Amino acid sequence: MDRPLRLISTNPVDRLARTVEALLVVASAPLSVDELVGAAADDADRIETALRLLADRYREGRSGIVLEQVAGGWAFRASREAAEACARLFERPVERGLSQAALETLAIVAYLGPCSRPEIARIRGVAADSTVAGLVERGLVAEAGREDGAVGSVRYRTTPLFDRVFALESAAALPRLDDLGDSTAAIRERLESVAARKTA
Amino acid sequence: MTTHVRELELDLDAFEGPFDLLLTLVLREELEPAEVDVAGIVVAFVERLAEREQLDLEACGEFLVLVAALLELKARALFPDEEAELADLEPEEATEELARRLAEYRRMKEAAAWLSERLAQERTRYFRLGPAPLAPRPERRLAPQEPERLAAALRALAEPPPEVSVAHLGLRFPPVSQFVRRFRSLLGRRRRFDFDAEVRDLPRVEQAVAFLALLELRRSGEVALEQAAPFAPIRVSRQDVEREAAWTVRSA
Repeated sequence: MDRPLRLISTNPVDRLARTVEALLVVASAPLSVDELVGAAADDADRIETALRLLADRYREGRSGIVLEQVAGGWAFRASREAAEACARLFERPVERGLSQAALETLAIVAYLGPCSRPEIARIRGVAADSTVAGLVERGLVAEAGREDGAVGSVRYRTTPLFDRVFALESAAALPRLDDLGDSTAAIRERLESVAARKTA
Repeated sequence: MTTHVRELELDLDAFEGPFDLLLTLVLREELEPAEVDVAGIVVAFVERLAEREQLDLEACGEFLVLVAALLELKARALFPDEEAELADLEPEEATEELARRLAEYRRMKEAAAWLSERLAQERTRYFRLGPAPLAPRPERRLAPQEPERLAAALRALAEPPPEVSVAHLGLRFPPVSQFVRRFRSLLGRRRRFDFDAEVRDLPRVEQAVAFLALLELRRSGEVALEQAAPFAPIRVSRQDVEREAAWTVRSA
């Protein structure tokens, strides 16, 4: 009994993993590797090793808590099998009741942002003021400077919360714009065929 | 059966009610034309038409005129700067521009649909939502300062504050009873006296105490007070003298 109590693991990366785990528990938003490097005072390679270790420990089917790479960082979330129980106790207020207008505005800001309300109105054909205000209130978009310096319209961009709600690692995870919708040529053809039918 | 265009009931984001009222509000500038979803109005009208067995050409004509005017108002409101730019376009260029814009909007609609699907797929993801992290504070730029001025300011603060005078606490108030006695003896000798003349030479505090004594005597009914006007001299007389005078006046 003279010997000191021996820790189960003395592997230094394991110890770092515990620190990273603690930081992620305390954080209210995803933490980037850089932030973890700064907080844990360790180097990026070792932090990434620790994250891989934790991601394996906290994965779907193995744990009620899942570590995911989202919104440019790492964050814990509930496992999907607990979703039903979570739904009984918690709401998802950010995305509840997002209208079609809000989703279209969100898409425009996500793809073309930072962009201003007049730009959004130009694409959608409807004034965007109240829709943008609603999205700002939900925390899905935020102000990002002004056009032409200090005097132009306020520009907006999507927030890390947007990435998180839509489970995107970053904006790059959105599908390519060119893959969406008809091409200009196809629409032009259709316009011309309608015009031809009218004049015929 | 005719379709009354103006009574067409609308249920849009920005407006709910008859088409007629919507037009009135737009013309009175109480509703921004840019807020109005014209496509929604067209859909409502087409649905209304579909309910009828016959095509009401008159209603269609009226609707086209109204909705075209509304569309023009809205276009002007939305794109005030583009009027000249677009007017110069050749028909082909205009078609190209329209196609380009439609394609852009179509892509955004598709992107919105993708986001909507994504939301549905991710409905089972729950995570903790905390307040947004504190924004980094912008660095405050200070004008150059002289340390001597700061030292002087601190020195001024460090100096003990001036002594507060408590001299007024040492004021001695003569007892009210002293003046009560004095006024009684005065009225023993004279029927009336002038209060102001009597206290003129006293300090202010004593004048106040004398006035309290006077009120005390009035309360107990020993004296009667007269004052011709506010701030006029107060005349004090024995109560029985007043009564006598009143009786004399009445009996006269």
